[in-house]
Amino acid sequence: MNSVGNIGRALPRAGRALPWALVTPALGWTLLFFVLPFTAMGLSSLTAHDGGGFTASNYSEFFTNPSYWQAMVNSLEVTAIVTVVSVLLAYPFAWILAEQVPERWQRLALMLAVLPFWTSYVVRSYSWLLVLAQNGVINRALTGIGVVAEPLQLANTRFATVTGFVHFFVMLLTLTIFANLKQLSPSYRKAAADLGAGPVRTFLHVVLPLTLPGIMVGAFLTFVLCIGDYITPQILGGNNELLMPQLVMMQIGRRGDFPLASALSIILMAVVTIAYLACARWLKIERA
Amino acid sequence: MSAKSASRNPLSILKSHLHAACAATALLLGGGSVAQGADLNALIWCDHSDPALLQPFEEANNVKVNVKEFEGTGAGLAIVEQSQPGDWDVMVIDSIDVPRGVEKGLFEPLPDDKLPLADMFPQVKMDGSTVVGGKRYGITEKFGYNTIGYNKNKVDPADMQSMAALTSDKYKGKVAIYDYYLPVIGMAALAIGKKTAELTEADLPALKDELLKMKANAKLVGEVTASQTALATGEVDILVGGGEWVTAGLAKENPALDFSIPKEGAVLWSQSLAMFKDSKNKDMALKFIQYIMSPEGQARLATSSCYWGMPANTKAALTDDQKKILRFDEQPGFLARAQAYPAPNADLDKKMQDMWTEMLQAK
Repeated sequence: MNSVGNIGRALPRAGRALPWALVTPALGWTLLFFVLPFTAMGLSSLTAHDGGGFTASNYSEFFTNPSYWQAMVNSLEVTAIVTVVSVLLAYPFAWILAEQVPERWQRLALMLAVLPFWTSYVVRSYSWLLVLAQNGVINRALTGIGVVAEPLQLANTRFATVTGFVHFFVMLLTLTIFANLKQLSPSYRKAAADLGAGPVRTFLHVVLPLTLPGIMVGAFLTFVLCIGDYITPQILGGNNELLMPQLVMMQIGRRGDFPLASALSIILMAVVTIAYLACARWLKIERA
Repeated sequence: MSAKSASRNPLSILKSHLHAACAATALLLGGGSVAQGADLNALIWCDHSDPALLQPFEEANNVKVNVKEFEGTGAGLAIVEQSQPGDWDVMVIDSIDVPRGVEKGLFEPLPDDKLPLADMFPQVKMDGSTVVGGKRYGITEKFGYNTIGYNKNKVDPADMQSMAALTSDKYKGKVAIYDYYLPVIGMAALAIGKKTAELTEADLPALKDELLKMKANAKLVGEVTASQTALATGEVDILVGGGEWVTAGLAKENPALDFSIPKEGAVLWSQSLAMFKDSKNKDMALKFIQYIMSPEGQARLATSSCYWGMPANTKAALTDDQKKILRFDEQPGFLARAQAYPAPNADLDKKMQDMWTEMLQAK
């Protein structure tokens, strides 16, 4: 009797402990790989490079040095352009895949669409450099057919950086928007048609609003990955302008100024957080 | 000095504990990759990862050389600070930065009598940096020049004998700048008639003007691979800061690539080897340094697959072809005209880097 009673009392306790046991690995992971390093980075950002005590000079330097501030402006401009262009290219691409490609070919078509994902990010960037170079495929074609007399400067420009980014993020956005389009029940469009809406009106007032969550998720991912990326602007941009990740890396290389690099990283993270809050609020309103 | 002040600062104590926790976690998770005591653990630049360089030493001494590449002294020293004492045995470091490691108490003095100092080019011993307090902490293993690299089929080689070509309209849009502020600032100093070893804060405005003129003429500012690619593919015809380290490795594929030491001079770069004070394998570490400094090791290092450079040892076992590509026989003349790598103090270093940032952001 006693043992049965004990089991009876133990079960609710076990029931209460189970959720904690299940989330402990995730909490531990977050603690080890986010909270702990982030706290170390935050503390580092508040110390002087020469090992002195508390200082806010690393943050004030960002706001008082025009070159540093310009890096943030450049990053936001490039990220905004990449996000908008990627969405504009990815949506019709995803729509064609979801709506126009026969069901049996969709899997293959999607695989072909994301095939460039399989190549190394660095190799892909260098490949773009060769494509856009003075003697590259594009310039040879343009000069060959007489569109331009002299090769255009395409490589080592912001255009090259944006091109490299867009190539990558169109694939990502295609996946998120495609998934959203596939989840959309055909009955919405049939209902709109029954009510007299044409294809354009149905798209603008039914399909597009219902796929906005997918667009926003993809756009936010694009924003986060793009604004923090070092490789693409470093390889394709030709350092003709600095973006924030390049500025952060510059502090580490020779001087090992981790406090300033930490402060710049936290400022970058604050911008990403603001972007997230903006997106999250917007999505909430849409759902309501 | 900074360690003592940090030990009294509560913020620093907390920070150091967090760093230790992060390091411990990293070591725990990456336990498989942590080097074993019997191996030789080397913090290196990419030229030391060439199997053609390491294998003969490993086979001769029955030892495994574990290497970790890094770029920039700051990044290298950060790796050491986040490691356990004794994790690393040897390190490749900019010769001018050897004192930074000594100041942090990282390096072990090297025995002069067991190193081929007498066989080295005298100008590259860099005793001003590699000898601290009368003790040698580093030995120069490889050197070269940050100067003008160019494609002799595309430019007039006579123009490359003067730094003025770098800012002339004739080569506008045909120039790339190597993305490392110290050597290129050194070149700007030479262009305006300043000695690289005597640069002060008062020189910064004139240096900035010169850098901005270079930038206005440049198509790109690129790190090693981007600079090499730009020169090799014909995207640019001139590389400011280039030298044998760019052109020699590409000589077979593109014999038109060459470098000059202009009349204003060039900036001498050099890299050194140092041994860690806490190394658990000092005998093997010294053997490794001796191997790298030997004629065979020097030849293999000089022609490493990552980048070529001049061996510090005059007796390096290079073939005639290799010597020709490196312009080995011209070195006495080159060295006589080369100036020291700028070695600013921490404050001036920061100001120079900010000036470089400003130059990069200039439209």
